[in-house]
Amino acid sequence: MESALLITQLLNGLQLGILLFLVAAGLTLIFGIMDFVNLAHGSFYMIGAYICGTLVYLLDSFVLAVILAVPLTLVVGYVAERLVARSIYARDHLDHVLATFGLILIFDTGVHLLWGAEGMSIPLPDWLQGQVAFSSTIEVPSYRLAIIAVGLAVALGLFLVVTKTRIGMLIRAGASNRTMVQALGIDIKNLFSLVFAAGAAIAGLAGMMISPITEASIGMGNDIIIVAFVVIIIGGIGSIKGAFIGALIVGMIDTLGRSYLDQLFKLVMSDQNAETAAPAISAMLIYILMAAILAVRPQGLFPPKVR
Amino acid sequence: MNLSALITPKNLVTAAVLIVLGLMPVLTTVFDQPFYLDIATRIVILAVAAASLNLILGFGGMISFGHAAFVGIGAYAVGIPIYYEYYSGFLHFPLAIAVSALFALVTGAISLRTKGVHFIMITMAFSQMIFFLFLSLEEYGGDDGLLIWSDSELFDGLALDDPSTFYYVCFVSLVGVLLLLHRIVNSRFGRVIRGAKSNEKRMSALGYPTYRYRLVAYVISGALCGYAGALMGNFTNFISPDMMGWGRSGELIFMVVLGGSGSIIGPVYGVLSFLLLEEFIPDVMDLFADGAGVYWHLPFGIILLLVVLFVRGGISGFLNRLTKR
Amino acid sequence: MSVLLEIQDLQKSFGGVKATKHVSLDVLEGEVHAIIGPNGAGKTTLISQLCGEQMPDAGLIRFAGKTITRAPFPARARLGMARSFQITSVFQDMTLLENVALSVQAHDGHSFRFWKRADSETALNEKAMTFLTEVGLADKAHVLSREVSHGEHRQLEIAMALATEPKMLLLDEPMAGMGSEESARMVDILKKFKGEKTMLLVEHDMDAVFALADRISVLVYGEVIATDKPEAIRDNEAVKRAYLGEEAD
Repeated sequence: MESALLITQLLNGLQLGILLFLVAAGLTLIFGIMDFVNLAHGSFYMIGAYICGTLVYLLDSFVLAVILAVPLTLVVGYVAERLVARSIYARDHLDHVLATFGLILIFDTGVHLLWGAEGMSIPLPDWLQGQVAFSSTIEVPSYRLAIIAVGLAVALGLFLVVTKTRIGMLIRAGASNRTMVQALGIDIKNLFSLVFAAGAAIAGLAGMMISPITEASIGMGNDIIIVAFVVIIIGGIGSIKGAFIGALIVGMIDTLGRSYLDQLFKLVMSDQNAETAAPAISAMLIYILMAAILAVRPQGLFPPKVR
Repeated sequence: MNLSALITPKNLVTAAVLIVLGLMPVLTTVFDQPFYLDIATRIVILAVAAASLNLILGFGGMISFGHAAFVGIGAYAVGIPIYYEYYSGFLHFPLAIAVSALFALVTGAISLRTKGVHFIMITMAFSQMIFFLFLSLEEYGGDDGLLIWSDSELFDGLALDDPSTFYYVCFVSLVGVLLLLHRIVNSRFGRVIRGAKSNEKRMSALGYPTYRYRLVAYVISGALCGYAGALMGNFTNFISPDMMGWGRSGELIFMVVLGGSGSIIGPVYGVLSFLLLEEFIPDVMDLFADGAGVYWHLPFGIILLLVVLFVRGGISGFLNRLTKR
Repeated sequence: MSVLLEIQDLQKSFGGVKATKHVSLDVLEGEVHAIIGPNGAGKTTLISQLCGEQMPDAGLIRFAGKTITRAPFPARARLGMARSFQITSVFQDMTLLENVALSVQAHDGHSFRFWKRADSETALNEKAMTFLTEVGLADKAHVLSREVSHGEHRQLEIAMALATEPKMLLLDEPMAGMGSEESARMVDILKKFKGEKTMLLVEHDMDAVFALADRISVLVYGEVIATDKPEAIRDNEAVKRAYLGEEAD
């Protein structure tokens, strides 16, 4: 029983880590290349979920809805980049924080206007609703495995694009040394738009995949964006590899902390104290981790090489 | 100094704002609008917090994205003692200041090792820790919050449960804090933190260990925010972890920038405009379409965007430009 | 004369490139010691090691009797090393007087004063004013630093360095970007302190170097090939060769 629970928790941690990675990937690239702090990146996670939900009801197919919702989220990201982000890249971080804070309000209220204040639950097709049995005691929902598989595939694809293609080379160059890319005579504005919109679409995909489990709701993006920032700060701003490893660390620690910290504490303190302290500490765990990592390595675990 | 040089748009507005704020209890009584005293009290308390944040943000160049935590700590420094039936304000206020100063000292010592975005995010992380800490402290209400059924007791004859008296305590606090900040910014110490904002490299070439000065500024700012929090705890009678979430910290930053981070009085304008917008946008929207007021974040967000995009230096900067013309 | 700054066998390389190779150098108290060398000779690397911006791989730096090889710059500054920057580095939002007052304040060490207005501290301002006067900027004392010319920025840099009342001025290309008239004015200003202040001068402008220096060290490819009086350097064959290979500036 004990090991069955552990395996379930490990898979949950992996799933959270992968979703976090999908949000963090765009965030870290936008941050790394354009030095742009985008608090509103979580809004694409929310918008993706709502667009997808609407399409599910229209088309009656979850897979088709996701396939259509990804490019639609990309368009939303592109428009946000052209209208707002583009004109403030050159400003300081304070302006970025404020402007994107304003964008969050606009996106959240926009969703409220279009879809109402209630959350939207998204039904899954039957074939994704089963359980996969690994042994007589270990059963895992097949949808969770699907999320992990799709997430890993996107991560792999992203990794190949960033490491093997010409665009990827420019992105990496931009993350470590912005002036160099400009010196190469690349139209950096288009590169920015592309990265921004693609990042939005990938974050949107994460929102689409989680919402059948949780439901799409206003503010879902604001919960994840802060954790995604923790991920990229831990991983090192601008690094895809850092975002991936950071996301898995954060996903695992958060999930396992919530389920096992009280047992750990019971080894060193009374049961009652452990039960009081564990929920508090487990919610704080990732922030403690981030503060500890920054205290030791102010640039994060994998900072891009040249700055 | 020439007297006419003092009559600038900025000074006139400042004087007008302070006089109106100073007369609020009288005005609300005369016009029989006690509700507006409520808003005014909130404005004055948040102005203390925003002005304190501005010491490090505007003058020291440290963008703390976690200052709501100090407000929260200050409020719980009133709420928790009252929960245990300790009613003395001589306990609450020093406790609020001391605990926030200590929290600022510990978190600042770590955060100030980082720069730029890392600093923004690490200050946010520390405030999230406090947020989750109070969220899980079920003894003190957890996410349901904590009811403060009494006010801090100070002297006989200074009853904080009387709205006008309490308002004047807050107003005098604001004036005192603004004066204190004005002196600090123009003192030797203030020059050092302004210098460190403008040119850190030169400061260390001159022999200044800038980290130490920044940390002291951070502690002062945190302690004053904690004091604002203690006032807030007395004001609202209900506190919850919600008041220290990162969104609240973002709002504080926006108030500072909206008012103008380059000036002592700026944050007061910022808080004033922010709360008035928050109060009246929904009402105006309801006039156009019944029930439209719930969507007030939409125009509010657009205003925020427009301010960032087009109003450099905030309201205070705008008034300064009027003077130069 | 006693040795104020002593550099022993300093080494620094980047990847495979040795930017500083076994540099040894003495700066005597009271002298103006210039370091010259063709582009890429490693002057910048040497300076940044002296300032603590980069740490040497090996070797020793002693200043005023203390080993400072790995000390951070604030500590070096407090021992009496003042630096002017190659790229103007002043506080743009402050007046010239405030810029210098901040330097005076760094030296007298009372910066944890929170209440008294700094601009009403007569002693502080008077002292700052004397340094501004010495570099010829007294009439611009109340002008914002962003509003003065490049040449005046350079003069302000000198005043700020002087205001910390250092044992040694480390002047990193004080004439950089100046016209000949401005350079001449700067030479005159620096001449006033010759014999009074120890200076380590890194400069491209040979007229200025020969007008000011008591001794010159020539740095080529990270090595000091000669240290001598200006006349001797002028006649030194190795130096001529090094410079003729580049430009006879």
